[in-house]
Amino acid sequence: MRPFTYERPTDARTAVSAVSRSGAKFISGGTNLLDLMKLDIEHPSHLIDISRLPMRDIEELPDGGLRIGAQAVNSDVAADDRVRTRYPVLSQALVSGASGQLRNKASTGGNLLQRTRCPYFYDTAAGCNKRDPGSGCSAIGGFNRIHAVLGASDACIATHPSDMAVAMTALEAEIELLDAEGSVRRVVITDFYRLPGDTPHLETVLRPGELITGVILPPPPPGRQLYRKVRDRASYEFALVSVAAVVSTERGMISEARVAFGGVAHKPWRSFEAEAALIGRPAEMATYRDAARAAMRDAVGQGHNDFKIELARRTLCRTLAQAARSS
Amino acid sequence: MIGQPVNRVDGPLKVSGRATYAYEYWDAGQPLYGCIVGATIGKGRITRIHTENAERAQGVRMVMTHQNVPVQGVRDESVQFEYWRAQPVLTGPDIHYHGEPVALVVAATFEQARAAADLLDVEYTVGRGRFAFAADDDEAYIPKVVNAGLPTDTAVGDFEAGFRAAAVRVDQRYTTPYEFSMPMEPHACLVEPRGEDLVVHVSSQIVDAAQTSVAATLRMAPERIHIVTPFVGGGFGSKLGVHAETILAALAARVLGQPVKVALTRQQIFQLVGMRPTSSQRVRLAAGRDGKLTAIAHDVTMHTNPDLEFAEQTAATTRSLYAAPHRLTSHRLTPLDLPRGADVRAPGEAPGLLAVESAVDELAHALGMDPIEVRIRNEPTVDPERDVPYSDRHLVDCLRDGARRFGWEHRPATPASLREGRWLVGYGMSAAIRGHFQGPTAVQVRLEADGTGVVRTDMTDIGTGTYTILTQVVADGLGLPADRVRVELGRSGLPTSWGSGGSWGAANSCAAAARACAALREKVLVAACGDADSPLHGRDPAGAHFGDGSVRIDGAEGASQALGEIVARHHPEGMEAQGEIRFMGDDPNYSDYSIHTYGAHFAEVGVDADTAEIRLRRMLGVFSVGRVLNPKTARSQLIGGMIWGAGAALEEEAVVDSRSGAFVNRDLAQYLVPVHADVPDVEAVILDGYDDKANLLGAKGVGELGICGAGAAVANAVFNATGLRVRDFPITIEKLLPGLPDVDA
Repeated sequence: MRPFTYERPTDARTAVSAVSRSGAKFISGGTNLLDLMKLDIEHPSHLIDISRLPMRDIEELPDGGLRIGAQAVNSDVAADDRVRTRYPVLSQALVSGASGQLRNKASTGGNLLQRTRCPYFYDTAAGCNKRDPGSGCSAIGGFNRIHAVLGASDACIATHPSDMAVAMTALEAEIELLDAEGSVRRVVITDFYRLPGDTPHLETVLRPGELITGVILPPPPPGRQLYRKVRDRASYEFALVSVAAVVSTERGMISEARVAFGGVAHKPWRSFEAEAALIGRPAEMATYRDAARAAMRDAVGQGHNDFKIELARRTLCRTLAQAARSS
Repeated sequence: MIGQPVNRVDGPLKVSGRATYAYEYWDAGQPLYGCIVGATIGKGRITRIHTENAERAQGVRMVMTHQNVPVQGVRDESVQFEYWRAQPVLTGPDIHYHGEPVALVVAATFEQARAAADLLDVEYTVGRGRFAFAADDDEAYIPKVVNAGLPTDTAVGDFEAGFRAAAVRVDQRYTTPYEFSMPMEPHACLVEPRGEDLVVHVSSQIVDAAQTSVAATLRMAPERIHIVTPFVGGGFGSKLGVHAETILAALAARVLGQPVKVALTRQQIFQLVGMRPTSSQRVRLAAGRDGKLTAIAHDVTMHTNPDLEFAEQTAATTRSLYAAPHRLTSHRLTPLDLPRGADVRAPGEAPGLLAVESAVDELAHALGMDPIEVRIRNEPTVDPERDVPYSDRHLVDCLRDGARRFGWEHRPATPASLREGRWLVGYGMSAAIRGHFQGPTAVQVRLEADGTGVVRTDMTDIGTGTYTILTQVVADGLGLPADRVRVELGRSGLPTSWGSGGSWGAANSCAAAARACAALREKVLVAACGDADSPLHGRDPAGAHFGDGSVRIDGAEGASQALGEIVARHHPEGMEAQGEIRFMGDDPNYSDYSIHTYGAHFAEVGVDADTAEIRLRRMLGVFSVGRVLNPKTARSQLIGGMIWGAGAALEEEAVVDSRSGAFVNRDLAQYLVPVHADVPDVEAVILDGYDDKANLLGAKGVGELGICGAGAAVANAVFNATGLRVRDFPITIEKLLPGLPDVDA
């Protein structure tokens, strides 16, 4: 048996000092970690339950932004009036994820840190550099329909499964981190995640012992926000491709734009290329097609997932057209 | 009560958690837990198993491998049906498919067993496995018979000549993937040694098969094996026979002399219970301009495990579906080193009709004719291959009634012509047909001295409603209120049935129960009318009516006596009678008539013009199944089948990694089946009917009919919406995307 110990600290400082112990891991909603433990992919020897830390609030910030406590559950964030009116792309992304039951348990911090759904990551009989560094990538040359087309490496072609993080990427959210010494730092979400490179087992820039305490949403960018998730079935499935878009137009010209993709890369994929192709151009389909081409210029398919490149282009075009029309 | 939408009599037990399933018994005290260790290669040989670390682990009681497994019976092909044969496990060092059990680890707790299983170190030499299916494989061979003992090939007329001469031809190949039964309750077993006997709590569709198979495997007398399976959380064919979890639990319990339980994990279900074979189906249809078919051919190639042959009867119903003078059907098998093929809901009909009913839609399109009209024009008057009359064929009624209810007249005549915003909208339809089977079944009906009726048979209720319909039949048969009828199922020692499977369970057990009731009524009347102290004494039993727990003779002018009183006077221990029905092969109706159930499916889909996402908008099935025993449980069965059919058309596919032979998407997050949001509006309508050739109740099987053709209706709707015909199922985004127009403003 793999025994583990469990504690439930009541404040963040105690939590971060507890996690310094070897084999220790935070657990919140447990919607991903418990599965991974049962499947022998994660084997912590000590669990620190942070789900009841006083970090569930969503607070107004003086600059007009919001601070979402790391333990706020996905359902609550999605239903928050301020989120719904000022950050609809985030609310839409959250409700498109998982199921009602899972959203009721899953925390904001945990959602950011969920692991890939690559089937080979879950199959301990298969090689996987993310699960077992150096053991190879079975998805390359295997069944890779859900895998990455951007930013992948020879070591890993897994995707990040979160919807929430894609919307947060378009919103330029910052992740607030607390370390064992009690110091707090903030990391912009695009810098928070790593590309796989040679070290796909390292997924974020989190330092050992750091705890996510909250997510800072800057004041909402101007324009219309939209999240569009494409998948085989109507609910309870990870995105094949998703797009978070924010588009602002003035007299038919795009004045500002944010574009992030989900389901295409090891991290939520902010497409600065697409944004550059949009800003200052007419809000019309030709522009969106240029942006889609720019976004996917470096995309590489692995066989089964080749269609994702065209699917991402088409989804972006449609999402931009829809956002621009009503902005 | 027959024909009434009675609520499930076992419903309150189930929703309150008081229905005990195989894995949950505690009567024999704390059981040990077994964890199955599967091979991590697809083909090869175990060279060494290091069990020491696992054996030393905390709580471990036993590690069973091929080196120490007790001697088992061998699979005996002279036994007619697979599910009654021995199913030996851990038979040697050879590995035949990925995930094949190589060990069972038994420990005091589940967690200990699972952790110790991880400590098992198995060394293999990896062999060269055949994992990739190709229809034109040189190794494809001709099986002697196909599933259910049906002929492998049939030929009528001169197909080639008939096909060549026709004005309009369709010649297409359709492929279907591996599919699994995924019951909510995983395959599970708890075995309790009791002296020399074994009490086997198992999730099983057929008690007799489980008993015979476990006994043959453990080389024990069948009467020493006591099967207990009162509640089964779904089977869909995958629990017709027992699997490794049952045999391993039984072996371990016997060796250890303690109760042992083993359940498959969801991932192991994708390895150890068999699956619907993948298929490649060539369908050729030829017709005149009038839409009348002149030639039909349905040629199927599918995979089989080389050691455990399974040939799904994929082309079998094509033999009875439409009239045409020139006909061919064939089945071929390609051996692959994968788990065995097995019965999965509507074996044969489900994938076969997906292909054939897509092809008929293609023919209608080529003819420029309404697809319903094409089907009506090819309605046969006799079974075209067996040359016998149909017992009770109402396919055309289903087509017409469905068309009216669905609003078929609104179907866009031209594909890709109806657009609603971003959605391309299309309508599709399909015919449904399924053979009705009858198997030997005995049911005992008792009357207790308190006037209670008791129904006893080893028939199972796999979530279908057996408890409820038997209650209804016996309530009617003995004139008792439903709450005075008790049904005992799912235990060896009770009168033997063919269990649940093939959609035969309801008709088999209810027809036998009706016979038992008739015999019991006879006994009651003989006893009462011959009893000088009875108010019924001397009256003519021909005028008897059973109702409200009494028997009345000669109506209001006559006399009546309570059933309980009659039983108490004459047989205080209870009165009983047995009813039986025979194997269909011994019943002339089944050779003199072609006995099927029928239906028509209608679907409306939306396809996102930009992303190719397909969403079912509504679906209707109209069915003819003879007499309906309970419209509520029947509807549930049919709707379940229709939803599965929609999933087979659009989502469901188990993918093999052709390098390792492992199924890749081994959980229900990756192996997609419809969720509620996928099936917003699904309705099933059942036509009134009575098939007097099927049995004395006029009732036929329902469960599997719902899936038959359902997927084709959805696929045909996708064609109608987009003008794109996808013949490789399931129809997923990547298969439609290249054919869609550019994203427009």
